Amino acid sequence: MALQAIAFYLMATVTVAAALAVVLARNPVHSVLFLIAAFFSAAGLFVLLGAEFLAMLLVVVYVGAVAVLFLFVVMMLDVDFAALRQGFAQYLPIGGVVAGILTIEMVMVATIIATKGAASRVTGPQASLPDVSNAETIGRVLYTDYVYFFQAAGLVLLVAMIGAIVLTLRHKPGVKRQNIARQTARGPKSGMTIVDIQPGAGEGE
Amino acid sequence: MPATQDFWAHGLGWFLLHLGQILAVTVWLLLSLAFLLWGDRKVWAGVQMRKGPNVVGPFGLFQSFADFLKFLLKEIVIPAGADKTVFLLAPLLTFILAFAAWAVVPLAPGWVIADVNVAILYIFAISSLGVYGIIMGGWASNSKYPFLGGLRSAAQMVSYEVSIGFVIITVILLAGTMNLQQIIEQQAGGFWNWNFLGGGLKNLPMAVVMVPMTVIFFISALAETNRPPFDLPEAESELVAGYQVEYSSTPYLLFMIGEYANIVLMCALITILFFGGWQAPFPTPFLDSWPATAASFFGFFWFFLKTIFFFFMFAMVKAIVPRYRYDQLMRLGWKIFLPTSLVAVVLVAGWRVFTRGAI
Repeated sequence: MALQAIAFYLMATVTVAAALAVVLARNPVHSVLFLIAAFFSAAGLFVLLGAEFLAMLLVVVYVGAVAVLFLFVVMMLDVDFAALRQGFAQYLPIGGVVAGILTIEMVMVATIIATKGAASRVTGPQASLPDVSNAETIGRVLYTDYVYFFQAAGLVLLVAMIGAIVLTLRHKPGVKRQNIARQTARGPKSGMTIVDIQPGAGEGE
Repeated sequence: MPATQDFWAHGLGWFLLHLGQILAVTVWLLLSLAFLLWGDRKVWAGVQMRKGPNVVGPFGLFQSFADFLKFLLKEIVIPAGADKTVFLLAPLLTFILAFAAWAVVPLAPGWVIADVNVAILYIFAISSLGVYGIIMGGWASNSKYPFLGGLRSAAQMVSYEVSIGFVIITVILLAGTMNLQQIIEQQAGGFWNWNFLGGGLKNLPMAVVMVPMTVIFFISALAETNRPPFDLPEAESELVAGYQVEYSSTPYLLFMIGEYANIVLMCALITILFFGGWQAPFPTPFLDSWPATAASFFGFFWFFLKTIFFFFMFAMVKAIVPRYRYDQLMRLGWKIFLPTSLVAVVLVAGWRVFTRGAI
């Protein structure tokens, strides 16, 4: 259908252009904003493939949460752009060599996969069955065939989370902490003392 | 007339039909917002024993339109140090996203622009994007108070999205579908079938879980839309007006309309998820003999009524409850709502598996 083709080329162009702009933008905040645009149009491509569940998850997780934290961190950085560009000419040759080797390797792998590998046997991206919804299909595969991998991925994330907490948690002695229960239970009896002050004597701690 | 039906189903006709639907919903929403804004101020004034807006039109009904003209006709001031593109993009983003979410909201039986299967996830995704308008506005203003407001709001909205997500999962588990139309249709036949009581008499024990979930959703919705008592991004006693400090005239208007559209969206979402959407609170067998259009209007009436009721609740909360401190806000989100809603997900999932079988 023509409408789908237009949508595809539009979103594919936006994705590639935004991804390029992520690297090329001078201002890191602009980079993150372009990254968000790239994520969002990638989600649009997923919708075109018929994978609307994945598309929504991509937006919720990457755009709605991960990129917000990126932006949060990048916004607070005080970046000196002159210092960033200082060693550009000096590092250009070796960077160019590494990038060139990487590009050649990627092109080789891609051509081999496309001509001889698994990709040549698949006719195209398979959407879910017509009468079963997207989420149901993914759930069935995830919780039956790949349940161990799924659980393992969850465990890896748990370890990462605990690691992050262990690395940053510090118990300092002498820090005042708020005890909400004690605070709300505080009444006139526990929070107030009546002192009988004699005239001319003052309170006298 | 198969020829005319064919025209509306393909190509240009399809495009025009959907354009018309989008226009109808947008115009209806904007008009309702004008009067809801007035109602909000009237409720607030009533609680404080003031009169509220009462000059423009009868009972001050046209106050919002006067304000609208004022915002439109004033000069747009862009701070010298601001990032112009992002500064102007931010209110646009807030406005567009707030209205984009309405595409999947079913207003009455059959009245929905896009009846998609992942409607509820779509709304969740779009509303999670709403935070960008605020962060971008706060950062691009290149000023202290807006920046602080932007940071606060980023942390706040991300925190409360988590508990909103879990509450939505409990509803999805009960309904067994993510399609909003189907979720509403399952709540037919009287208020005892609504999801806040577990959705149907056979699920009545789940009311113990779902009533608190409804409350958590309501409070999280307040936090998600930056309404008082959680309006910390724009707390005037601390941050002047937060991320909106540098905004004037039309960009400010876009921010405000976007914010109110989001509030009404949250009210509509509470209605749809927990209070039966366009279902009447009593059994309606007589609707079968009605023409389809009349039945749709009957449904729309109930949807509108319930949404307005929750908007009234939002306004009352704004008038009555004092603002939270920032650490209290974080404590409520992460230490109370998140564990509670997690336990609720486990309970509802267990109920679904062990009582009715795994579908």
